[in-house]
Amino acid sequence: MSTFEFLLQGIAIAMQPMNLLYALVGVTLGTAVGVLPGIGPALTVALLLPVTYRLDPAGSLIMFAGIYYGGMYGGSTTSILLNTPGESASIVTALEGNKMARKGRGGPALATAAIGSFVAGLIATIGLAFIAPFVVKVALVFGPREYFALMVLAFVTVSSAFGDSTLRGLTSLFIGFALAIVGIDQLTGQARMSFGVPDLLDGIEVTTLAVAMFAIGETLYIAAQGATGPDKVEAVKGSVWMTKQDWARSWKPWLRGTLIGFPIGAMPAGGAEIGTFLSYATEKRLTKYPEEFGEGAIEGVAGPEAANNASAAGTLVPLLTLGLPTTATAAIMLAGFQQYGLQPGPLLFATNPQLVWGLIASLLIANFMLLVLNLPLVGLWVKLLTIPKPWLYAGILLFATLGTIGANPSVFELGMLLAFGLLGYIMRILGYPIAPVVVGLILGPLAEQQLRRALAISQGDPSVLFTSPIAAVLLTIAALALIVPLILRARGRGQVLSQLAASED
Amino acid sequence: MKQFLIASLIAGAMALPAAAADYTIIAPANPGGGWDQTARSMQTALQQEKIAGNVQVQNVPGAGGTIGLAQFASQSAGNPNALLVGGYVMVGAILTNKSPVSLNEVEPIARLTGEYEAIVVPAESPLKTMGDLVDALKKDPGSVSWAGGSAGGTDHIAVGLIAKAAGVDPTKINYIAFSGGGEALAAILGNQVTAGISGYGEFESQVKSGTLRLLAVSSAEKIAGVEAPTLKEGGLDVVVQNWRMVAAAPGLSAEQKAAVTADIEKMVKSASWQETLKTKGWQDTYLSGDAFKEQLAKDVSATETILKEIGLVQ
Repeated sequence: MSTFEFLLQGIAIAMQPMNLLYALVGVTLGTAVGVLPGIGPALTVALLLPVTYRLDPAGSLIMFAGIYYGGMYGGSTTSILLNTPGESASIVTALEGNKMARKGRGGPALATAAIGSFVAGLIATIGLAFIAPFVVKVALVFGPREYFALMVLAFVTVSSAFGDSTLRGLTSLFIGFALAIVGIDQLTGQARMSFGVPDLLDGIEVTTLAVAMFAIGETLYIAAQGATGPDKVEAVKGSVWMTKQDWARSWKPWLRGTLIGFPIGAMPAGGAEIGTFLSYATEKRLTKYPEEFGEGAIEGVAGPEAANNASAAGTLVPLLTLGLPTTATAAIMLAGFQQYGLQPGPLLFATNPQLVWGLIASLLIANFMLLVLNLPLVGLWVKLLTIPKPWLYAGILLFATLGTIGANPSVFELGMLLAFGLLGYIMRILGYPIAPVVVGLILGPLAEQQLRRALAISQGDPSVLFTSPIAAVLLTIAALALIVPLILRARGRGQVLSQLAASED
Repeated sequence: MKQFLIASLIAGAMALPAAAADYTIIAPANPGGGWDQTARSMQTALQQEKIAGNVQVQNVPGAGGTIGLAQFASQSAGNPNALLVGGYVMVGAILTNKSPVSLNEVEPIARLTGEYEAIVVPAESPLKTMGDLVDALKKDPGSVSWAGGSAGGTDHIAVGLIAKAAGVDPTKINYIAFSGGGEALAAILGNQVTAGISGYGEFESQVKSGTLRLLAVSSAEKIAGVEAPTLKEGGLDVVVQNWRMVAAAPGLSAEQKAAVTADIEKMVKSASWQETLKTKGWQDTYLSGDAFKEQLAKDVSATETILKEIGLVQ
């Protein structure tokens, strides 16, 4: 049977009424846990594993797939409306999304996130079906040195998204690096900067830092302004739906986000965050409206949201083809497979084609269901912003705190939440961007570990970092991305650059 | 009829706590890992076999399980309904993290499952046998890079023991630690490292499909259905098992300990637990009471010795 026939057969399995019901339950649950910060899809699937023990394999895996995709969808909602990222992959969404929401454009922001997620999920799932074996071969070529080069590229491109002052952006980034050092060093097992506090041995949780910096810091900032602060939040201005211009500005970022997110998600050490960073940086470079970035540019929502959903599908590539779980949720789905005596891996496509194709088909259906479920909700969600400010921010504070305790019931974690909230507040007052702190915390340890692994394998010979063709290409792109704007700026004081951006279609 | 149903429900609800204990199982790791799966499998088995009424699983992740261990030792003392899942990785983590709380502070009940280590190379590797790998190691220990799990964990310890048995200085081994989730497997498949080491289950499907070559396993005797020789057969006196256990809280009376031990034994012998072992590919290495405590003490001292020799513990 050809791939296409398998897929049709899979769709027939997924379209059975019971399986459709499981998919619906999955996407609804997934959206709910995505909206709540702290409770991620991994925990939800873990809790449901014993329940699904009695279902048939296809039914439960279909439900898990729905939860997985739903979580990625739901994460954007709180990011956009409340500036409180539900999970680390939606941190970038908050940058432009929340600015849009405050200008009364929350509706279009949510819509572009939902439709972008749908488009990305659709393309990436089809990619999963047809090019998974190829993608996984490419992903396996990535060893420590290639990952390190990719991180360098990520740093360089992301730094462009750090606001107006390079110095301030770098300062923030290095605060993130400093925080990233805390905890047990992966490669030697030794504790660093934990000061004998056992709670610090595992380092600083990304979601705790992100929720603290964004949500708590913001709340303190608004509260400090008191009644004197200008009431900037407008619930709805213009249409709740996307205008023609919004569509025109969104569709390319959706596609580019998918192209960036899918392969990076498929890499065993890629993850969802890096794709969103790279997508944001790309959109900022290519946009015709650079002045809107930082003030609520729709491209900055469309691209990263597509990227994080595409990477969710990408994660399933190594899971299904190699049996490699690369995220916590994938690890639990693997446990789900094993529960039925199935061993994902190179043989799964051959030994259980019905199941694999049923899963892929149900991902397509879950994706469609999510769109149907989420678009009508947009009108309801934006009403949240009409809640009076003191109530709204009290609610955000409650949500942030609950989410943190939900993820890790520890007094110390709450203390960290508050401390980082204060740090976020101070940085806001002094005009330092806060996103680079979170970026530093995510990318810092990855870059460090991969560099050290590469050097350990080569027994200390640094030339190994440049001798791989992929690493060399990535490093060259990074160098160009760093140098070219500097030259352009020196020659035309920025005019050339903005002209370039304007003339580029 | 309806009233009868309600009455019997209430009676049943009241009778349950007396008939069977409720348990809260602490899994000192994130959802998805081995300890979490063990805890959740125990939950299923204890409930299905009606050994316990209500069983909850709570994840307290962090630092190789030592965060969960410390919290369990202090907060559950004297509580006969609290259980902790742990294992060999915890033994190493207590030493490398200089954890203030050790396994002496809890009441080990039984070893439940175990998994042996497997040593693999990529299919295209020139190394055909364990002997070839040992020769390469003897010639230049640094040139053999080993991909495995976290530093100081079972995989790392096993490599140290192999080097020692081969007469190579364990401080010279080139061990590349990867975080879980299959990153190490990706590095091996991608031919980034010389060899890989992990639980056999991690490699099983790759070995069967021929993308990895299995050189040896770390069991005392050949594993049924696995063709590769043991390390012992290859002349290396190394047996390593990544075991998982269950412990009760400190400060229990002798009767309370006996009750927990009896419940666990009932669970281990139950059909649903045996079924779980089969589907998950876990070896049944059930060992309880003093025999387990003796073995545990041996494991702890052997681990301390090798971690010192590798240089991870001063």
